[in-house]
Amino acid sequence: MQRRDLLKLIATATGTMMVGGQALAYDLVQPVPLSDTGFSKDEVALLNEMGEVILPKTDTPGAKEANVGATMAVLVADCYTPVLQKTFKQGLLDINKRCKEAYGNEFLLLSAEQRTALFNTLDTEAKAANLAKGLSANLEMSRPNHWEPGDAAPAPHYFTLLKQLTLYCFFTSKVGATKVLRYVAIPGYYDGDFPYKKGDKAWAT
Amino acid sequence: MANNDYDAIVVGSGISGGWAAKELSEKGLKVLMLERGKNIEHIKDYKNAHKEDWDFPHRDLATQAMKIEYPVLKRDYPLNEKTYGMWANEKENPYTEDKRFDWYRGYHVGGRSLLWGRQSYRLNREDFEANGKECIAVDWPIRYEDIAPWYDYVEKFAGISGNRDGLDVLPDGIFQPAMALNCVEKDVAARVKKAFKGSRHIISGRTSNMTEPKPEHGRVNCQYRNKCWLGCPFGGYFSTQSSTLPAAMKTGNLTLRPFSIVKEILYDKDKKRATGVEVIDAETNQTYVFKSKIVFVNASAFNSTWLLMNSATDVWDGGLGSSSGELGHNVMDHHFRVGASAPVEGFEDKYTYGRRPSGFYVPRFRNWGNDKRDYLRGFGYQGGAGRGGWSKDVAELGVGAGLKETLSEPGDWTIGMTGFGEMLPDHENRIYLNKKVTDKWGLPVLAMDVEIKENELKMRKDMQQDAMEMFEAAGLKNVQGWDAEYAPGMGIHEMGTARMGRDPKTSVLNGHNQVWDAPNVFVTDGACMTSASCVNPSLTYMALTARAASFAVEELKRGNL
Repeated sequence: MQRRDLLKLIATATGTMMVGGQALAYDLVQPVPLSDTGFSKDEVALLNEMGEVILPKTDTPGAKEANVGATMAVLVADCYTPVLQKTFKQGLLDINKRCKEAYGNEFLLLSAEQRTALFNTLDTEAKAANLAKGLSANLEMSRPNHWEPGDAAPAPHYFTLLKQLTLYCFFTSKVGATKVLRYVAIPGYYDGDFPYKKGDKAWAT
Repeated sequence: MANNDYDAIVVGSGISGGWAAKELSEKGLKVLMLERGKNIEHIKDYKNAHKEDWDFPHRDLATQAMKIEYPVLKRDYPLNEKTYGMWANEKENPYTEDKRFDWYRGYHVGGRSLLWGRQSYRLNREDFEANGKECIAVDWPIRYEDIAPWYDYVEKFAGISGNRDGLDVLPDGIFQPAMALNCVEKDVAARVKKAFKGSRHIISGRTSNMTEPKPEHGRVNCQYRNKCWLGCPFGGYFSTQSSTLPAAMKTGNLTLRPFSIVKEILYDKDKKRATGVEVIDAETNQTYVFKSKIVFVNASAFNSTWLLMNSATDVWDGGLGSSSGELGHNVMDHHFRVGASAPVEGFEDKYTYGRRPSGFYVPRFRNWGNDKRDYLRGFGYQGGAGRGGWSKDVAELGVGAGLKETLSEPGDWTIGMTGFGEMLPDHENRIYLNKKVTDKWGLPVLAMDVEIKENELKMRKDMQQDAMEMFEAAGLKNVQGWDAEYAPGMGIHEMGTARMGRDPKTSVLNGHNQVWDAPNVFVTDGACMTSASCVNPSLTYMALTARAASFAVEELKRGNL
């Protein structure tokens, strides 16, 4: 079917043009105000800076441009269990402590190289800690509240939570999905034999 | 009260209720369709259908507040931000569990037709004969030949895409062109066919997602967004809203009344006929009586049986249809969440375009032909192959540009499949009224007492083992079998509790879905199933409903109802 015919048929079927233009039937969800999350503007900025270390701007945008910090605040406030919230928040304090121990400065005053070095150290520590607790090695790639500790179960290392939130919030963002990955809202057809060459981006979903 | 008189009342507006309303109204009957929940208008009310991932404040995650509201739903995948509000309110509509039972309900116009998996398969000849041959439960009162023309009829209208594969185990139907297998699935399919000498098949899933438009019904073919559960503004898949409701409305004979909880079917014990229904308005709590010549009960399997249990209790303590001793018994579902997956080497220069809302299907091969196992019946598989996305396993990478680059490119191909096994009807597996607990409207709730038994447990071993064996025979390495465990109800294919049969002493319904004790009451949803087969059941409910509606109108004309 030609695109033009499709549009015509949709218009007949629905009485409104559903593809493109202003007539999309969006019912935008009200964003959760920052004041409802318990995080301050400064903390969101800090989370953005931390996210940027995990997923930096390269020839494509990084975590800061996707404002991952704001989404992380909402997910921690609304989707995390109290145990995960506590682990995450204490982790942020611990990061600053580690910064002072290693470099004599707080996180925001470290150079890009220092930030990356520290996070790689924390990443290695986190993986070892999770392994010792019997947690999945690939936890950081799963949905942020896919796994939840019962009272007795151990929480993952806080850095795993930070990394997991950064990846999830980034790749589900408009910036991450459309500028770093590829996304087509209405593919229109399926091709199960689609050509690929090294360097082509992955589909967002 | 004249305006409360109808020719037919249909209780429920899901897959089977929609079909009942369409068929009866098209045959000229004045029909009232009652729905316990809110109205959802096609397109207009699909509020999330055009949203993107980033438009959801919690990026589709369930919040802790949602989990408190939905203690059952949170046990599995259906609780998420995108479909929030589309599942029955658990606080207002509780049930009790003697044994764990996950009950996922859609209380709104369209019911679970907006939330279904859309896989559409016919039962085969053997499915209708196995109970009789194996002395399990009771024999179906119908055979494949009785329902085959009705499968044709509903497939043609609903729009089912699939190949005519020429397999006795999975009868072909009236199909639109299939959704294609991708390059890896085709390759594995060819290897499996060769390795098992044509006794096992990987075929395109047959789905109610259309590959050709139906302009005459205002429906566009699937656009490969894979957002079916948000409601399809294209009408790309079969739902009450996209398909049966507009057809029924077009006749001018249908009245749809949302927020109408049917409390009981009114029964005239002298005439042995239903006379209508009593309804509680869910919003105002006011009670109404609607009269009709016939009643179609399509409230979803368990709620249809709940309604029978609450009707004619002055004649039978256990309610209408309980004289058989089988009302509420023989609960079935499809047990699943067991299968295998494997990485696939090669195909680095291939990818997919479009989000296909279906996959491949492996029709049953166990206890088929000359194959004999230490359990009865069999299972099919549903699966798919694809390349990993950003959430692939790259545990060795730390943070920074290298991680970002790796995650922004597709990973290797993997393939996986999950078995769906037949559950035998067993008298011990039952639901019953728990009068100690009531819902928001003071009505007694259902109690669940269901478990899978030895036959299913034995079958599950094969479901895992055979999946691994097939992938290994196709030359795949590092094949992983898995059993994520199953609790009854998780299949969201609950069936039985008011089975069809040949004898009023052992069945609730006859071969035309009439309640033996009230021939003008028809039950044509999952409740009527005498056995479960291993294929997805909704297409069969459609066919049985259309068949029963045709019969009902003929019987009305003959003056028999």
